[in-house]
Amino acid sequence: MAAVPRQPDLPPPAAATGALGWVRRNLFDSPLNGALTLLAVYLLYLVVPPFVEWAILKADWSGTTAKDCSRAGACWVFIGVRLNQFFYGFYPVAEQWRVNTCLALLVAFVVPLFIKRFALKQWLGAVLLVVYPVVAFHLLVGGHFGLAHVETSKWGGLSLTLVIAIVGMVAALPLGILLALGRRATNMPVLKALCVAFIELWRGVPLITVLFMSSVMLPFFLPEGMNFDKLLRALIGVALFEAAYMAEVVRGGLQGIPKGQFEAAAALGLGFWRSTILVILPQALKLVIPGIVNTFIALFKDTSLVLIIGLFDLLGSIQAANSDTNWLGFSTEGYVFAACVYWVFCFGMSRYSQWLERKLHTGHRR
Amino acid sequence: MKVRTLLSAICVSALALAAVPAHAGATFEAVKKKGFVQCGVNSGLPGFSAPDEKGVWKGIDVDVCRAVAAAVFGDANKVKYTPLTAKERFTALQSGEIDILSRNTTWTVTRDGGLGISFTGITYYDGQGFLVKKKLGVKSALKLSGATVCVQSGTTTELNLADYFGLHKMKFKPVVYDTADETVKSFEAGRCDVLTSDQSQLYALRSKLAKPDSAVVLPEIISKEPLGPAVRQGDVEWFNIVRWSLFAMIDAEDLGVTSTNVDQMKSSSKNPDVKRLLGVDVIKHGLGVPDDFAYKIIRLVGNYSEVFERNVGAGSALKIARGQNALWTKGGLQYAPPFR
Repeated sequence: MAAVPRQPDLPPPAAATGALGWVRRNLFDSPLNGALTLLAVYLLYLVVPPFVEWAILKADWSGTTAKDCSRAGACWVFIGVRLNQFFYGFYPVAEQWRVNTCLALLVAFVVPLFIKRFALKQWLGAVLLVVYPVVAFHLLVGGHFGLAHVETSKWGGLSLTLVIAIVGMVAALPLGILLALGRRATNMPVLKALCVAFIELWRGVPLITVLFMSSVMLPFFLPEGMNFDKLLRALIGVALFEAAYMAEVVRGGLQGIPKGQFEAAAALGLGFWRSTILVILPQALKLVIPGIVNTFIALFKDTSLVLIIGLFDLLGSIQAANSDTNWLGFSTEGYVFAACVYWVFCFGMSRYSQWLERKLHTGHRR
Repeated sequence: MKVRTLLSAICVSALALAAVPAHAGATFEAVKKKGFVQCGVNSGLPGFSAPDEKGVWKGIDVDVCRAVAAAVFGDANKVKYTPLTAKERFTALQSGEIDILSRNTTWTVTRDGGLGISFTGITYYDGQGFLVKKKLGVKSALKLSGATVCVQSGTTTELNLADYFGLHKMKFKPVVYDTADETVKSFEAGRCDVLTSDQSQLYALRSKLAKPDSAVVLPEIISKEPLGPAVRQGDVEWFNIVRWSLFAMIDAEDLGVTSTNVDQMKSSSKNPDVKRLLGVDVIKHGLGVPDDFAYKIIRLVGNYSEVFERNVGAGSALKIARGQNALWTKGGLQYAPPFR
């Protein structure tokens, strides 16, 4: 019996490994896939090189007037000159540190919440939700402690977008939770009916109508000379509108909790509020994180609708800049810039929600 | 029963409040008390009102507000601006949110009669016109039969267009867009042969093209769009102040008084008209503003010609010719009653 000498293992064929192998497996594994790949590459070829050429290679970056732009490519000078206005709106330059302070405070409060082993998280969260808005309001509006009063009509740009978005989010979530609980309270028919009516009313009208009513119709119903702030009207409108949507998202989460959880909580002797806060809501909210963030992202983008009531948010201030006679014809640059800023914020929110989902994942994924 | 009584009481009082005529005669007092003029402007229209790099509002409509502030306070900067959309503008004026509406608003009979507002004058004689590609070689709007026309939706422009082509039995295909920017982009991309809009805006739109020289504005004007400031109806005192602030600028141009020579004219002019305008010879005008309010306006804002040229004319990127907006002595329509 002659032993057959063992052959050394051959490496896999070159076409199945490395980059080439990946390309074959993923991009050209069937004629259809191959054709789609080629089509996609062709489309990218049509779009990307001209865009890069316009936005980077032939673009003008430095200067102070429209004459510094050759118009062969993008004129980023326009954005540079207007950057302050796109960020602060008409907020007086000497007072802009107040906006910066507000943002810095917000970051200072939010960042520790991301640190895993930070002991005072709950306190910090409470401060952020209760104390911070008061501080930020007084800082931005002024009129006390030697700060000059800055009317809300001077607010604008990205900082106004953020104010509307943050106020909307912070107000909509708790309101939405209460509305969702109210809608499920079958033993309290009046409360339930009120909640259903509220939710269906606000979900039944477009945001643009809400803003328009608040800015155009409301003054007719108010007595003479009583004119309350345009921004405040918009904020209340946005918050109530988003709360109705949030309520339905949260209700979806509540419906996803098995009945056994309610019964187990009751068996432990927990009352309605404690069982809701300690057992039901943590699970329900976790289930609907994607839905909540979805609503927040939609809200962030919806803030641009305040333009129709004459408030200059980020998009509004860009459009106003487009009609400056010294800077006519640079609207494309403005819109590309706006798109980038909106994308950064929305993408950031979406990544945050995915991170949160992973962090809170406790093996119940369905 | 009690609840119902209360409810009906509330309804009745709300109705009563709504029925009170808005601020009869009180605007001037209110403006003096608060220390500034609240002015409703367009949220962005080249040459008429738009914020510059520093956030300072510029434009013809803005200068009208500045002139009123100069007349009332002797300080053209005592104005606060409320940017308004076309839909909001009348409510803002009616509800007392603003004191003057100076927002490229066309003076029409229905607006005078039915909206509870009064136009005080005409700052700019506008009219709808056409912008065409130069290579089409069209010299008159009457040769535009069969053309595709880019137009902004929901404006009187759209209706005027249909009227004009229908009247002259010409065919056209409208391509409707929501904003002026979209309209000009699609004109540039060749989706239509003609772009129509108010003539003042055609020049602005033209300068947004990559090659402004590739398009021409046709001479025909197919509608009357006299633009002017408006105030609440029934407040004659305030109406007169706004009206005469504009007249002062037009009369100043008529008499050759400019912001640069006004001080010299005030001290040395022998012309009795100039003396009366500048308050050297005091006339009891009874408007409630200082005797030399016209002097303040001219020194701080300028005469009509200066305002026009700086915002939409030769001194701006729009380069609009005076045309109908020239003085009555130079073949235009701008005419103001005398100061005496």
